[in-house]
Amino acid sequence: MIPRGLEHRRVNSPTAVILVTLALAWLALIIGAPLATVVVEAFGKGLDAFLAAFREPDALASIRLTLLVAAIAVPLNAAFGLAAAWSIARFEFRGKAALLTLIDLPLSMSPVVAGLVWVLLFGARGWFGPLLEVAGVKVIFAVPGIILGTILVTVPLIARELIPLMTEQGADEELAATTLGAGGWTVFRRVTLPNIRWALLHGVLLCNARAMGEFGAVSVVSGHIRGLTETLPLHVEALYNDYDFVGAFSAATLLAGLAVVTLVAKTVLEQLIRAGQAVKPAQELAIP
Amino acid sequence: MTLTIDGVYKQFGRFPALTGISLDVRDGEFISLLGPSGSGKTTLLRVLAGLDRPDHGCVFLNGVDFLALSARERRIGLVFQQYALFRHMTVARNIAFGLEVRPRATRPSRAAIQARVSELLALTQIEGLGDRYPAQLSGGQRQRVAVARALAVEPQLLLLDEPFGALDAKVRKELRGELRRIHDATGVTTILVTHDQEEAMALADRVVLMNQGRIEQIGSPAELDTAPASPFVFTFLGETNRLPCEVTAGAARFEGFVAPVISPAGAADGRATALFRPEDTRLDAGPHAEGLPVRIVEIRGRGSLRLVECQALSGHRLVAELSEAAAGAFEAGQRVRLTARRVVIDTVAAARPDWNPEAGGRGAPAAAAH
Repeated sequence: MIPRGLEHRRVNSPTAVILVTLALAWLALIIGAPLATVVVEAFGKGLDAFLAAFREPDALASIRLTLLVAAIAVPLNAAFGLAAAWSIARFEFRGKAALLTLIDLPLSMSPVVAGLVWVLLFGARGWFGPLLEVAGVKVIFAVPGIILGTILVTVPLIARELIPLMTEQGADEELAATTLGAGGWTVFRRVTLPNIRWALLHGVLLCNARAMGEFGAVSVVSGHIRGLTETLPLHVEALYNDYDFVGAFSAATLLAGLAVVTLVAKTVLEQLIRAGQAVKPAQELAIP
Repeated sequence: MTLTIDGVYKQFGRFPALTGISLDVRDGEFISLLGPSGSGKTTLLRVLAGLDRPDHGCVFLNGVDFLALSARERRIGLVFQQYALFRHMTVARNIAFGLEVRPRATRPSRAAIQARVSELLALTQIEGLGDRYPAQLSGGQRQRVAVARALAVEPQLLLLDEPFGALDAKVRKELRGELRRIHDATGVTTILVTHDQEEAMALADRVVLMNQGRIEQIGSPAELDTAPASPFVFTFLGETNRLPCEVTAGAARFEGFVAPVISPAGAADGRATALFRPEDTRLDAGPHAEGLPVRIVEIRGRGSLRLVECQALSGHRLVAELSEAAAGAFEAGQRVRLTARRVVIDTVAAARPDWNPEAGGRGAPAAAAH
């Protein structure tokens, strides 16, 4: 027999059945169908055609560039996120509220603007353009610009994961470690970091997914030079515009696959975080 | 191993947290820093722990300038109200932390650390919990771990910041006894911050009563009880009745009775407000009894004690604490005579130009606000 409490959770009323069906149908239409299309189109002309899309030098270059951008942007944002969360959660200072708002700004700003500001700063006719030209450094329509655009868009993702957690946890554990004779680095490595590791990893995953998938900001600063300044999302668009559907969808499959992997990892992490918090009341009850 | 605190000042913005604190603590002594919130007791503890720097003043431990050392170098044990255990480490690892983080040259061997952890688990009576995580412990158990962790490094000073504040009354009492036992067993000089006067009086060799960044009085619990240095000390340490009086030649004259003044010594003659404890208040229903005529309003029970609330003709409400047997002779509505065994003169209230004896009721909050 089913325990009383569980009986209520079973889907048996007609309203519930209709609502659940509608929700599933909507998700299938909005998310399932496009995803399926991507995969079907990618493999439409067989596995060989799919794999051939990745033998293209331009495709390989775009993958390499995407990985490079993420490899630079994610660690920088992780370092910044840690520093920002540390200072906001541990210290009182003037401009704290302003800093919090500033960190959130990229989330509410169109990515196109995030790209455009770098053009205004470092473009040929931008503020520092002439200076850079004399120095012989190319930022806009080059890899540095793409990295800057990506960093600006992904700045809040790690900091926002850490700030509420570190504020809630407080500084007492770190103070206790210090009075027990631990140095600054030891405190960070053995007390601070273990307490925020899952949230940090969660933020890194989100940041990585966004860094690899960013289109708007990168599109503005990239200049779309094939094999040189095209990331994977830009490469997909370029192939699509060239009517190379198999190529476009093959590359898109890679991006979608990345999203799925991120999603699964994110869900697992969230469960780990919740388990870490849930252990408290559950175990306390067990103690007489 | 003596601790000398000399002329310590600390200001936060425009708020003076400590205004010239001087205190000597003897080796192995148990000191309570007692006071209301905002009195500076926690700030003083943080100065000793190296978490705050004073603006002026010196702190010496055995002649060594303590302020020149960082919190990390002071070798103190600090116990927090919210335990501050390392949540991702087992109890045993928590306790071992202070030994494990030592530089290799001075770090004890693995076996020595393990032996020390077992020793501390036994001392704090939490044997068998070594493999648990802090989240799996009750509040009282967590605070035992925190004390064990602080003692692991053999601190020169054990500092406790409201360690029982987050615990329920029963566990608090139990842990209080434990802490005193641990102190006596280890002999570590201990400084306990608390706002609970009962806790401070029950535990400490000497109580340092603080108010508004100053020390009001330093003394043994008995000294604070029998010779309070100020009306503040008297009102902070217990319930008080307030009644206007006339001071002449070191005695307080009330309508119907005279009571000796225990503090301040040499109180100036004139009108004043007297403070006295419910337990120093007596009632007499005899036909020829002397004392202030009052009417009994209500008798409330509290264990084997009874609180008899009375009202004087002037409107003042006064409480007498009697034994169950003594209170049996009285009933609500009865007219009796009230006397006080000993009183403290609140000179601050008497000096106020708007002083009005009719407005004075009983209650510590009014006095504490001065």
